[in-house]
Amino acid sequence: MRVISQVGEWFDRRLQLAAAIRETTEHPVPRSTASWFYVFGSAALVVFMLQVVTGILLAIVYVPSAAEAWNSLQVLNHDITLGWFIRALHGWGSNFMVAIVLIHMVQVFLFGAYKFPRELTWIVGVFLLLMTLGMAFSGQVLRFDQDAYWGLGLGASIASRVPVMGAAAVKLMLGGPIIAGATLTRFFALHVFVIPGLLIALVGLHLLMVLKLGINEWPMPGRIVKRATYTKDYEELVKKDGAPFVPYAVWKDLFFAAFILLAVAGCAVYFGPFGPSGRPDPTIIQTAPRPDYFFLWLYALLSLLPPSLETPALLVGPVVVIFALIMLPFLFGEGEKSWRRRPIAVISILLIAVTLGTLTHLSSYTPWSPHMNAWSGDPVPERFLKGTTALERQGALVFQVKQCRNCHSLGELGGQRGPTLDGVAVRLTRDQLIRQVIQGGGNMPAYGKNLSPAETTALVAFLATLHPPGQTPARDAALEESRTPAGVPQR
Amino acid sequence: MPKEDTISRRGLFMKLGILFNGVVATALAVPILRYVLSSVTRGRANAYLDWVSLGRVSEFPEGETRLATFRNPIVMPADGKTVDTACWVRRIEGEQFQVFAINCAHLGCPVRWFPQSGLFMCPCHGGAYYRDGSRASGPPERGLFEYPYKVKDGLITIQAGELPTPGAPTAALDSERPPCA
Repeated sequence: MRVISQVGEWFDRRLQLAAAIRETTEHPVPRSTASWFYVFGSAALVVFMLQVVTGILLAIVYVPSAAEAWNSLQVLNHDITLGWFIRALHGWGSNFMVAIVLIHMVQVFLFGAYKFPRELTWIVGVFLLLMTLGMAFSGQVLRFDQDAYWGLGLGASIASRVPVMGAAAVKLMLGGPIIAGATLTRFFALHVFVIPGLLIALVGLHLLMVLKLGINEWPMPGRIVKRATYTKDYEELVKKDGAPFVPYAVWKDLFFAAFILLAVAGCAVYFGPFGPSGRPDPTIIQTAPRPDYFFLWLYALLSLLPPSLETPALLVGPVVVIFALIMLPFLFGEGEKSWRRRPIAVISILLIAVTLGTLTHLSSYTPWSPHMNAWSGDPVPERFLKGTTALERQGALVFQVKQCRNCHSLGELGGQRGPTLDGVAVRLTRDQLIRQVIQGGGNMPAYGKNLSPAETTALVAFLATLHPPGQTPARDAALEESRTPAGVPQR
Repeated sequence: MPKEDTISRRGLFMKLGILFNGVVATALAVPILRYVLSSVTRGRANAYLDWVSLGRVSEFPEGETRLATFRNPIVMPADGKTVDTACWVRRIEGEQFQVFAINCAHLGCPVRWFPQSGLFMCPCHGGAYYRDGSRASGPPERGLFEYPYKVKDGLITIQAGELPTPGAPTAALDSERPPCA
């Protein structure tokens, strides 16, 4: 023991860090902050460290070349001992990191921690969130597969919409006029050097401010933040009801961090690594690219926004959101901290969560995308064909062959882009069906040029049979009145 | 003690030192910026665009739309398969063609041609286009991008070399479209 303490003293005589470390670990924090709600920041830091370690391990094998990257991922997955596990840890670590950073942000927002004097801590946190998302996107690019290739195309399409600078922005992003080797190398530099460097610097700043300004006390309804008195009140609170951070509060951080690491490892073992999906070969067009889960909501939004709103939303939306997040502590830097007295804050969080959740859920079955193989793959259910005439059966054939099925479902099979046609005859008369098929409209292409009159007749004859057994099809009342002489009973 | 409006020898040297560093930093910033922006400035005159062949005209039957692939005019060693691109070639009649980019005009996903219904459909966000490339439905704000083409010595060539995006010069060549059949 004596030797150890002597060695320690030898180092400290030269480093002179012991006092500073002791001061940091033993600084008093309000007892109320030793809570399970206060563990997300440290958990994010631990997952970030996991990402750094696993990232370096992957870089030992990964080749950042458009010609070789995909192959090197296959080598990691299949040829190198536990290469798949390191890839899985890194992939799941990124998912967990995005999720934990978001949860941390929600907690900080609901606990009013962004208010005076912690405004700058919040603003640095906003940039940390942006960089985490930047790491998530650039990481998806490094997994250089079909999703990465077409994801880059999507990014380029968005960048090209910037007024005046659009074309230049695309070339700057891609490293040239097309997605190629230069694109991957610059995203590699971003993912491995630029963003992590900034992240480490800003995490340091973020932590320094947490230490200097103290951990946000548990918000009590009625305890109002005022710039003039807050610092004094906080110091009194810590003096009266404080406890050293180590070990009073830190044990919960330690337990939660270990639990999260275990969860990441569990997911990595159980679900395995992400991809890579198909080779990044742009001549293979039989692909339906999808973003990773944290950008699925954006995928849904881009499908559902009206075309005219899309460019403004893409270009102005992020600026407004980031500006609002930065301005938040300046606009609401004082006042109530407790979520119990801040109904608008709670409702905003719920609204954002429900919106993002709904959009993400929609992305899991993409009702806006045509089912490319439904026309040849999904059968017409038997009940729709029983007892039909030859013409109507011919119409069912036209319905399949002309790919109507890619967008319209029958018997819950087929695309969901357009309405399901199970009961279309109840909604539309024959004339309306003909008009809709030939002229299109309401987000449906016009088929006038692609259907012969005979095909149209057969198709409409089939569609007119699509009504539930007990329900009569739609009739044109005006037409029947003019054709039927008065007084003659109808069938 | 120096007076307030005088400057000490050491103070002057420090200011000169800062100035010196500023001059050197500016001098270094110019080549660094030129390097970083080279992908933008290099193509200022669209020198990356060139004519590439898609094959013989006879390979494309009249009235049909076929998939063709071509290699980017500029290839770097580390590009791998990314320099090979697909496009849709519609031969209207004779030497009248339309060559569509594979990329949806919405956000660039690869569109697929369905000859039976005469539609291009996009698997991502549900954009659809008619056989002449004009918008049929979905989120795209415009028709498919078209490459300028030439027919010479029985070969069809297109001017390629750039990812077609709404802001790219290739996309602005709408006026050169042949009349719709």
